[in-house]
Amino acid sequence: MTKKRVATVWLDGCSGCHMSFLDIDHRLLDLADAIDLVYSPLVDFKDFPDDVDVTLVEGAISSEEDLEKIQRIRSKTKVLVSLGDCAVTGNVPSLRNPVGVGPILQRVYLDEHPLGAAPDQVVPKLLPAVRPVHSVVQVDVYVPGCPPSADTIFHVVSELVAGRIPDLTDRTRFGA
Amino acid sequence: MSRVVTLKIDDRDVSGRDDETVLEVARENGIDMPTLCQVDGLSSVGACRLCLVEVKGVPKLLPACTTYVTEGMEVWTSTERINRYRRQIVELLFSEGNHICAVCVSNGHCELQNLAIRLGIQHIDYPYRYPKATVDASHERFGFDGNRCVLCTRCVRVCDEIEGAHTWDVKGRGINSQVITDLDQPWGESPTCTSCGKCVNICPTGALFEKGKSVAEMTKRGEFLPYLTTMRGKKQR
Repeated sequence: MTKKRVATVWLDGCSGCHMSFLDIDHRLLDLADAIDLVYSPLVDFKDFPDDVDVTLVEGAISSEEDLEKIQRIRSKTKVLVSLGDCAVTGNVPSLRNPVGVGPILQRVYLDEHPLGAAPDQVVPKLLPAVRPVHSVVQVDVYVPGCPPSADTIFHVVSELVAGRIPDLTDRTRFGA
Repeated sequence: MSRVVTLKIDDRDVSGRDDETVLEVARENGIDMPTLCQVDGLSSVGACRLCLVEVKGVPKLLPACTTYVTEGMEVWTSTERINRYRRQIVELLFSEGNHICAVCVSNGHCELQNLAIRLGIQHIDYPYRYPKATVDASHERFGFDGNRCVLCTRCVRVCDEIEGAHTWDVKGRGINSQVITDLDQPWGESPTCTSCGKCVNICPTGALFEKGKSVAEMTKRGEFLPYLTTMRGKKQR
């Protein structure tokens, strides 16, 4: 059996979903036999490769860099999974949306701390609003949860590796 | 005086009194449907539209909580069309407010969250509105977070019909509607609020909460309501 090519990406999230992924513990060894982890914050590949079977996306789309990344990832991925509430709903990063980019940078960099000015180079430019992944590219599987439990993630990955779309009824929810 | 009528709900022969609603008769017969604004012990307003049902001979869908049973009526509570509308309604509620479950006091004890689970909603297809909503923390013991309000008006009704204070009401129209205390004054300065906490305990989401509760700590105790209504009814006789 050829191994499935699996990637994970970390956009605007707290890494909690990746921590929950690692929490599947010894079952990682079973997964390691079935998948090639071709791109991830957990491994050291610099560029997102071609022909990826499954990509798990943690985090919302918050910056121009997130947007550019997710479009490239989508074009190279067969099954795209929104992993966790930030990817699925915008979640905590989207708390800034009713406030707006200008006022929030003003508050953080000028009002609260004497940092001089909001950065305008090196760090990616923020989008006017934080958005869930499916509002900018097509998403194939939604896994809500903050974070989804290790059991949920193991179920999702196992099903996808077996070529099935996972049924998440009663397994997870918003805020789980 | 009420009469007994016979009707069909989901192709089952059932009977009820003609002063009962379709929702009441359905539930008496073990046929449940999702509701949000309706709560036993308060008047029904048919605001959330989650209990919409199909009635033979009526072209539009009717809310079961405000539709009374009649002789020979034929009702369907769970058709594909109705279930599609129910999912759309709950998705619209999520997209209209700022419902960030992960940081909400009611996470895990929320009726909106439970509706999403029940209807199998795992993402929201509608674009989110991200409204600028207000938080009123001026009351000594309670808080109101407009980000989480679904405008069910349970607080308005319990305050008016049970407590008799009528502190809560609604201002604005349509998408701009908001619940307010008195004449849109800070809750803490309300001359009418008795601080009884009925509104907090009957609120289906984390919009009304007790101060000092952190994420997922706010459990509501709404059981008092049918009991209060029944006991008062008896006293008046």
